[in-house]
Amino acid sequence: MTWLADNWQVVLDLAGRSLYLAGIPLVIGFVVSIPLGWAASRWSRAYPAIITTTGLLYTIPSLALFVIMPIVLGTKILDPVNVIVAMTIYTVALLVRTVADGLNAVPDDIAQAATAMGYKGIRRLFGVELPLAAPVIAAGLRVAAVSNVSIVSIATLIGVSQLGDLLVDGYNRVIWGELITGIVACVLLALALDAAIVLGTRVLTPWLRVPGAKA
Amino acid sequence: MIRFDAVTKQYPDGTVAVDELTLTAPTGKITVLVGPSGCGKTTSLRMVNRMIEPTHGTITLDGQDTGRMNEAELRRGMGYVIQHAGLFPHRTVLDNIATVPRLLGWDKAKTQARSHELLERVGLAPELGERYPAQLSGGQQQRVGVARALAADPPVMLMDEPFSAVDPVVREQLQDEFLRLQAELGKTIVFVTHDIDEAIKLGDQVAVLRVGGRLAQVAEPAYLLAHPADDFVADFVGRDRGYRALGFQEAPRLTLHSEPTVVIGERPDRSDAGWLLVVDDDRHPVGWVEPTRIGDRPVAEADLHRGGTVAREHGSLRGALDAALSSPSRRGVVVDDAGVLCGTVQAHEVLTAIEHVDRPERDESDPVHGGAAAVRGDEDTP
Repeated sequence: MTWLADNWQVVLDLAGRSLYLAGIPLVIGFVVSIPLGWAASRWSRAYPAIITTTGLLYTIPSLALFVIMPIVLGTKILDPVNVIVAMTIYTVALLVRTVADGLNAVPDDIAQAATAMGYKGIRRLFGVELPLAAPVIAAGLRVAAVSNVSIVSIATLIGVSQLGDLLVDGYNRVIWGELITGIVACVLLALALDAAIVLGTRVLTPWLRVPGAKA
Repeated sequence: MIRFDAVTKQYPDGTVAVDELTLTAPTGKITVLVGPSGCGKTTSLRMVNRMIEPTHGTITLDGQDTGRMNEAELRRGMGYVIQHAGLFPHRTVLDNIATVPRLLGWDKAKTQARSHELLERVGLAPELGERYPAQLSGGQQQRVGVARALAADPPVMLMDEPFSAVDPVVREQLQDEFLRLQAELGKTIVFVTHDIDEAIKLGDQVAVLRVGGRLAQVAEPAYLLAHPADDFVADFVGRDRGYRALGFQEAPRLTLHSEPTVVIGERPDRSDAGWLLVVDDDRHPVGWVEPTRIGDRPVAEADLHRGGTVAREHGSLRGALDAALSSPSRRGVVVDDAGVLCGTVQAHEVLTAIEHVDRPERDESDPVHGGAAAVRGDEDTP
């Protein structure tokens, strides 16, 4: 505890960076996943290709992805953009399938009614399909958020600082206070992001909280 | 007018869902498609708004080939109601009703006024407008489904088993209100059901389809019951078709007997043998009593035998016969349009009247389409 008392400002600063490096990719990844997931849900032939490709991205080891980013993007090795892009790729890998399955899971009678009323294209996506897929997509976002907070800590190894620094430094120098602080801070950050998503979903889906509603 | 011209739907695996269907749904009338599952009735319905495209043949709407029309525009001009209403769960009742007006780009004030008007029109309380569909009963949801379909005042309504998922009592209410609404609105309606009783009750004309998507017969309900084209139709319309056909035949002026009555709360005359009819202060019949069981006390609500049905003076033969058969005194109660007692009639008198009523005449030249000529308003069969 004395370690934390002496260094809380550093911890807060690192937590802010972690939030930035994990949160921004979450938002960008979400935005990118919607058209991809939509394409996969609309064209059943594209589904396996899109889902398999994006799914495979998640199997790339994070360290490797961080390291090749400067080569692919032409950025400097210490540029945080490398981490942002890599984390976005992981987010997309996790979310495309959720978005596609969420959109596909719109109940048949509702999909039919939407078609019969002349709902097409973008209006159908934003007016009917996305709102109804919201609970499924939110569940995917929660997984992606927690996964991002965890993976981003590896970025310490390529010199982009965030909460992972506490883990590496605490381990190398055997400072238990620092190590434990790092672990707890990561968990708290993940929980906070998770809570924010749950809260956001609740606000956006009032119809799920009426008596008799089914998710 | 919607016209199916030799319409066939064959799926890639070779299954024929609809086979050479030729049928006219006249403007302002209810055409019911009925048949067992697998007869292609829903497929036929969905080909009208092109949710399914026909393999061969054409469907025309007021003479225009629907295959050449813009899909979305075609659909927005056709109200569509389905079994579980298919309401959007994430929108309030009023927003659900406003769906098509919004897609059509109506201004806000007009859309709102129209949604409120329809909510009332289908018999829902204004405070339900702000609720979500999950907060409504099945019957209420179905009413919202009908309101949503009517919102942009489309000339055509397509209805796919809209009342099948609600319990029988609610179903009957919804059917009655649907008929009342149709009497006001006069839409061109294509209605799909598997329930022949519903078909006969609602249809101006009924098209019976058989498995494999072939039209077995299309006719007015009375004609269908009187002259089934073949064994399949005869079987499908059911065993008691003779009795049910009476529902379409207006009773002739039956000679009514005046009936001694007692007003509720008064002492019956003990000399009246058997059953005595009880009326309220306005001479509305309320039930029957046996004076010998009552003795000297006044007639109370609890004494009433309420088993008898009541027939209307200008109602159907079925109503008159049922009143006689269900009455404990065997004298069927007949009332006028205001519900005031006119007199009673006995079963044998109704039967005599039945024997003197003409049945719809059979069209020998076209047993399949013959019975629908009057509904279409033409004399020639296609």
